[in-house]
Parts: sequence; C-alpha cells; structure tokens
Amino acid sequence: MGHSSGKNYINEEPGLLSWFTSLDHKRIALLYFVSVMTFFLVGGIMALLLRLELFAPNTTANVGQVLKNGDIYNQVLTYHGAIMVFMVIIPGIPAILGNFFLPLQIGAKDVAFPRLNLASWYVFMLGACLAIGTFFSTKIDTGWTFYTPYSIRTGSAVVMMVVAAFIMGMSSILTGLNFIVTVHKLRAPGMSMFRMPLFTWAIYSTAILQVLATPILGITLLLLVMERTFGVGIFDPKLGGDPVLFQHFFWFYSHPAVYIMILPAMGVVSELITTYSKKTIFGYTAIAYSSIGIAAVSFFVWGHHMFVSGQSEIAGIIFSFLTMLVGVPTAIKMFNWLATLYKGSIEFTASMLYALGFLFLFAIGGVTGIMLAVTAIDVHFHDTYFVVAHFHYVMVGGTLMAIMGGFYHWFPKMFGKMYNETTAIISWVFIFVGFNVTFFPQFILGAKGMPRRYFDYIPEYEQLNKISTVGSWLIAVGFLFGLYTIIRGLTSGEKAPDNPWGSKTLEWQTSSPPIMHNFDHDPVVTAGPYEYK
Amino acid sequence: MSTNRLVNGVQVASHYRDEKHQYASNKEGIWLFMVTEILMFGGLFVGYILFHSLYPEMFAEGASFLDWKLGFVNTLVLIFSSLTMALGIYFNQVGQPSKATWALWTTVACGAIFMIIKYFEYTHKFHMGIFPGKFLDPVMMAEHGHTVQNANLGLYFGFYFCMSGLHGLHVLIGMGLISWIAIKNMKREFNPKYFTPIEGVGIFWHIVDLIWIFLFPLLYLVG
Amino acid sequence: MAHHDSDHHVTPLNVYLKVAGGLFALTFLTIIAHVFKAHYLGLAPYIAFLIAGAKAYLVMAWFMHLKYDTAGNRIIFATGFVGLALLFAICAIDIYTRVYQGSIL
Repeated sequence: MGHSSGKNYINEEPGLLSWFTSLDHKRIALLYFVSVMTFFLVGGIMALLLRLELFAPNTTANVGQVLKNGDIYNQVLTYHGAIMVFMVIIPGIPAILGNFFLPLQIGAKDVAFPRLNLASWYVFMLGACLAIGTFFSTKIDTGWTFYTPYSIRTGSAVVMMVVAAFIMGMSSILTGLNFIVTVHKLRAPGMSMFRMPLFTWAIYSTAILQVLATPILGITLLLLVMERTFGVGIFDPKLGGDPVLFQHFFWFYSHPAVYIMILPAMGVVSELITTYSKKTIFGYTAIAYSSIGIAAVSFFVWGHHMFVSGQSEIAGIIFSFLTMLVGVPTAIKMFNWLATLYKGSIEFTASMLYALGFLFLFAIGGVTGIMLAVTAIDVHFHDTYFVVAHFHYVMVGGTLMAIMGGFYHWFPKMFGKMYNETTAIISWVFIFVGFNVTFFPQFILGAKGMPRRYFDYIPEYEQLNKISTVGSWLIAVGFLFGLYTIIRGLTSGEKAPDNPWGSKTLEWQTSSPPIMHNFDHDPVVTAGPYEYK
Repeated sequence: MSTNRLVNGVQVASHYRDEKHQYASNKEGIWLFMVTEILMFGGLFVGYILFHSLYPEMFAEGASFLDWKLGFVNTLVLIFSSLTMALGIYFNQVGQPSKATWALWTTVACGAIFMIIKYFEYTHKFHMGIFPGKFLDPVMMAEHGHTVQNANLGLYFGFYFCMSGLHGLHVLIGMGLISWIAIKNMKREFNPKYFTPIEGVGIFWHIVDLIWIFLFPLLYLVG
Repeated sequence: MAHHDSDHHVTPLNVYLKVAGGLFALTFLTIIAHVFKAHYLGLAPYIAFLIAGAKAYLVMAWFMHLKYDTAGNRIIFATGFVGLALLFAICAIDIYTRVYQGSIL
C-alpha cells in the first residue's frame, strides 16, 4: 500500500517554518514530542541532582552536599515535580501518541479542530515558557502542589508559576475537547465505538477527565493568585478561610489528573500486548468499559491525599472505601492483559518488554496504592518515602514505561524507519533494572520512617539511599541508550514496511510514514481491531 | 490543510463529510467548552455556599452593603441583552442580516451598560473602604458611618469581588466576541445555512447571563 | 428527536419575546419576594433560588436552544452540573463532620 509518489506528511511541506504553522495532527504530535522530551531531559537532570544530594547524609558542613542548602534542594524538588507532572506526563501520551494515532486508528483525516490543535501546542508552550521563566525570578519552593498557606507567603514567583499551570491546563482542556469530538464525530464508516482500538478508548476516557477536571484546577489556581495579590481570604484561616479547601479543590483536579497520566499508558499497553502476542485481546469490552470506569471513579477518591491534612475522619473513611474501588477496574485490565498473554505467540521486542515491565511495576505501584488507601496505614506512611516509591512505580514504572514502549512500537509508522532492536533492548534492561534499584529501596526507607522532601537524613538510612542513587544512574544510562537508538534509527534506520509487526489496527494499514490526509482511500471498517486468530 | 470545499453553499473542511457533519461537530465542541466554563465558575459557587453556611451573619452583613436596586437593573439589562443575542441568530436564520447586526450591537451596548453600573458599584465600595479580604478597611468604613460587626467581613468581599470580577471579565470577553461577530455579520459572512460562530458566541453570552441569574440572589439578596 | 442533528430549528420570534417576558416577570417576582421576605424569613433563600432556577431553565431551553439540540449535547452540558454537585457534596461532608469532631476532641 506504499504511496506511489513518495510523498508523506514529513516531506509534503518543505522548510522548518512549515512545522510551526502546520495544522496536520501528525506534525503537531511531533512538535509536542520535541518539546515534551526536552522538558523530560530537564526534569530528569533535576531528579539526578536530587538523588546525588541524597547519596550521603550531610554529616558535617559541605561534606556529602551537592546542593548548597535545603532551600535549593526544595527548589530543585519543586521544579522536578512541576516539570514532570505538568509538562511531561500529563501531555506525554495524549498529546504525542494520542495526537498522532487517535485519528489514524479511527480512520479519520485529522482531529475535529486542527486549528485548535495547533493553538493548544502554542498555549502549552506559552505556559511552559512562563513556568521555566520563574526559574530566573525568585524561584519556587512550594512543591508542585502549591499548598496554601505556604504558597501564599513564599517568594513572589509563585504567581507566575500558578499562571503558567493555569495556561497549561487550558491547553490540556483544548486537547481533550478536540479528542472527544474527534471520537464522537470522525470515526470512519463501520468504525463503531466498540470497534475502536483500546488505545483510542483510553485516550477518549482521558479526554473526558481533561475536560471535566481541569476547570476546577483553573479556578483553584486563579483563587490562589487572587489570594496572593488581593488577599481575598478564601484560603486564609485568619479571615475564617480554609486552607484545606484549597486541597479539596486542588485534588478534585489532581487526582483525576493521576488517571489522565495512567489511562493512556494502559491504552498503549493494551495495544502492545495484543500485537506482540499475536492474539485477539481478551475481554475487549471489559477493558474498554474499565477505562470509562476508572475515569468515573477517579472523581470520587481525591480525599485520600488528605488523610492527615485536617480533613474530618468521616470524610477520610468515605474516601478510603471509595479509593479501594479503583482497584476493581484496574484489576480487570490487569487480568485481561494476562489472559491475553496466555498461549499467545509472544515476541520479545523492546515494546513488548516495556509492556511486560509495565505489568510488573504497575502491579507493585497499584497494590501499594491500595495499602495507602487504608487510613490506618496511610497515617504511618504519609509523607514518607513509601509514598514517593508508590507514585513513582505508578507514574514512571507505569506511564513512562508505556510511553517508551508505545514510542518504539509506533516509531516505524511515525518516521518510516526501523530502530535497532538490540540497543533498544539494552536500554530497556538498564531502565527496568535501574528503576527497581532506585525505587524499591525507597519503600523500605519509607517504612522505616524516612520523610520525603528532606535534603538530609540520619546515618541509619545511608545504605539504602546509596543503592537508590546508584539506581538513578542506571536509569540515566538506559535513557542514553534509548536516545542513541532513536537518533540512529532516525539517521540510518532501514526503511520501515507499512506494517512491520503485523498489527490489525487501522494506522498500520496506511503507508509508513502516512500521507498528509492519512489514507489513500477512505477506510471502511468491517471488523474489530484485534482479530488475529 | 486549507483544503476547504463548498458543500451546499457552506465552506466545509476536508475532514468533514458535509456541512451538517461539520456543524454537529462544531456544536459539540462549543458545548464541551461551555461545560468547562460552568465548572470553573461553579468552583467559586461551591466555595461561596460552604462559607455562607459557616458564617451566615457575616454574609448577611456583607450583603447589606450591596444595593440590590443596582443588581436588579443589571439583571434586567443582561436579560434584555440575552434576548437581543438570540435575535441576532434568529434574524440570520430568517435571512435578515441587517436586523441581526442591529441586534448584535445592541447586545454589546447592554454589556457596556452592565459594566458601567458595575464600575460605579465598585468605586463606591472602594470609596467606603470596602476592599477584598485582608485589605478591608474598618477604620475607613467607620468614617463613613459603618461599624463592622464581624471581624472576618473581608471574606465576604473576597468572594464578592472574585465572583463579580470574574463575571465582569467574561462580560468584557463576551463584548469583544460579539463585536467580532457583528463585524463579520456586517461583511455578510453568515447566511441561513451558516451561522455557527454566532451560535457559539451566543451560547457563551447566555452562560454569562446564566451565571448572573444565580449571582444576583446569591450576592445581593440572600442575607 | 424529530429534528435531525443539524437541521437548524428556527424558534419563532414571538416565542423569544414570550421567554424574555417570562424572564423579566420572574426577575420582578424575585424582588417582590425579597421586599416581603420578613413574612417568611427561613424560606427566603429557597424562594430566591427556586425563581433563579426557573429563569435558568428558560435561558437554557430557549435562548441556548438546548430544547432543540441533540441529546448528546444536553448530556454534555449536564455533566458540568453533576461534577459541581459532587465537588460540593464531598467538601460539605468534610467541613460539617469536621466541625462536629472538633468539638468533642
């Protein structure tokens, strides 16, 4: 099905400038790709710095100290969190892989509003520039959550950072809105909702969350700006305001945001597991519904971030129960993936290894999440490294693994070239092993009581911290191999066939890379997405 | 991607089947955006109701400083503007664009009247020493003959200025959008088959009205 | 739905005028209720919001054309209010049970 004229979306419009004005969803996806990966590099360097600081306790002044003092540590910590959350994992899968493959998977020529799609990228970049701009102002040290009352009192850059987060939130809303309408209205003839690939289902569920949750973040951040500039008092106890209300409003968004981060990853994993097992996915409908289920339940559980914040015990108990409910749709997905693997013809490509890595790490992250949902345990573990390890297992072990796996999986389609499987697998080994070496000890550290966000610790914690820091270097090496694989693939990869993995979904039925309008002939769908055998 | 084509007299982008398909998609996009507006404003309402129930006397004291007559006049102005906005669409649907232009500019004028009244309300409050939150000035208020009863009265005005301010900002944005639509309309860019932008801006304007319908009793009357 | 999702429904002019008349009347009613609120003190806020709700219905159904829009768009718009109800309900549960507990500690 190769396109005879050799034209594709990459070479159809010449010149660098054409990329910044292009309304093509594939090109916009690549714009996001370059910007998000740049932010990932920055956030990653921050993480390495944090680990380096924690390599040894600061026994005497200037010994074992990489960052000059606790203030600087707090700032690095804040930027690491804010960059990774707002600028890497929230836009990560939806804006890159979602933008590229959602229209392709449902047989559409583009997203519903191409102009809005490009605008979203510009809005995102505006927010990102403002966020990075704070670095050259007084810097922020609130943590990515901007909790009041501290965020009201600390350095003035908070206003700029909060405005930046507001703007990036707008970008996220516009992307979500675009995807919802695309899924509702632009499906090819015959592509019913229950013939959509599961990645599309996941992006669709994510989009619903983006549209419904982000506005509350918007008003919360606006109120924080108002609080700082006009002292309106809503979050200020001196005037009878309530700082805990800030946390309620904040987590009303930010807990669903956790699922904005993980749902697309689950979608990617569904694609990978069925493709590399060469087997129809087990329980398609259940997986599709569980995506919506997770999206729905995610709105009811935010209070589990607030068990020790002064929230009432009754609210705590309610949230504890509701939180455990998330385990149900999540487990449905897990068991369906495992059942898909059963008796499949499994190919251990780099993508598949990432998917399997996801299953392993996400299981640990998920189960420790259920532990933390129990108030009695959470009171002990709250604000310790146990929580840090838990959410890194979900966010990095889950989302990042899926981004990488999905990226290798779709690399041939995106760029029309093959990558080197061997270096990709080496990269995976370093990342997977390094990840566990970094974060598993943190569970133990947390259980032993090491608090998070501190730039120093007592000597008893030294050994495990050393192991953890060494792990962070392994991850860094792994990503360097990954970068090498990508650059080699781009510069000297072999030409990719249209469908190198023998996938059944629509994006593989067009040329690699696809032409400007995606398909030579408008596709007509007559079967489900995974009819392998 | 500027590969529009003409279908039934309407410019249709290449990824849509026909003008109806495009219209339905745009409409859904507009509604999704409006949901985000409702949620954003709603957060403020939730906060207001919670604190109102915690400090009913303080909120009653705060409301007593507002002049419900001005709020009442503004309500009438906004309802009238909602009507003219709806007529802006109606006259385009029935092919009388010059009447539609009049309706749209009337809407903008109503928005301006609303903002002028708001301006007088605000400056009057500032004059009396009524500022939001911690900037509320009891001494200045005492000079104007008001002894503050509740120590945290500033919180009420924190809400008052945030809610009416955000609403006012939306009125200004709405006025801008309607002017843009009105100018497009004067260039005869709409016809009975194509008026999606007016509809979208119209729905936005009605949301502004809708929010005021609740803000008026909430801020001015309930005390 | 009798109307296909993009056959534009044209609301007659006199319906718009009637709706606007209703809105004006309800606004006056709000004020009348406010002026005489001393007679039914506890109910005053509920009456004010009942009237506001009626006005909101008129605006949404006719001015915003939701009455003639697709079911999908009506559901989309409704989700916003459902989300708010949730935010309010859970915050209220926390704040009210919190105050009570504070008094026994």
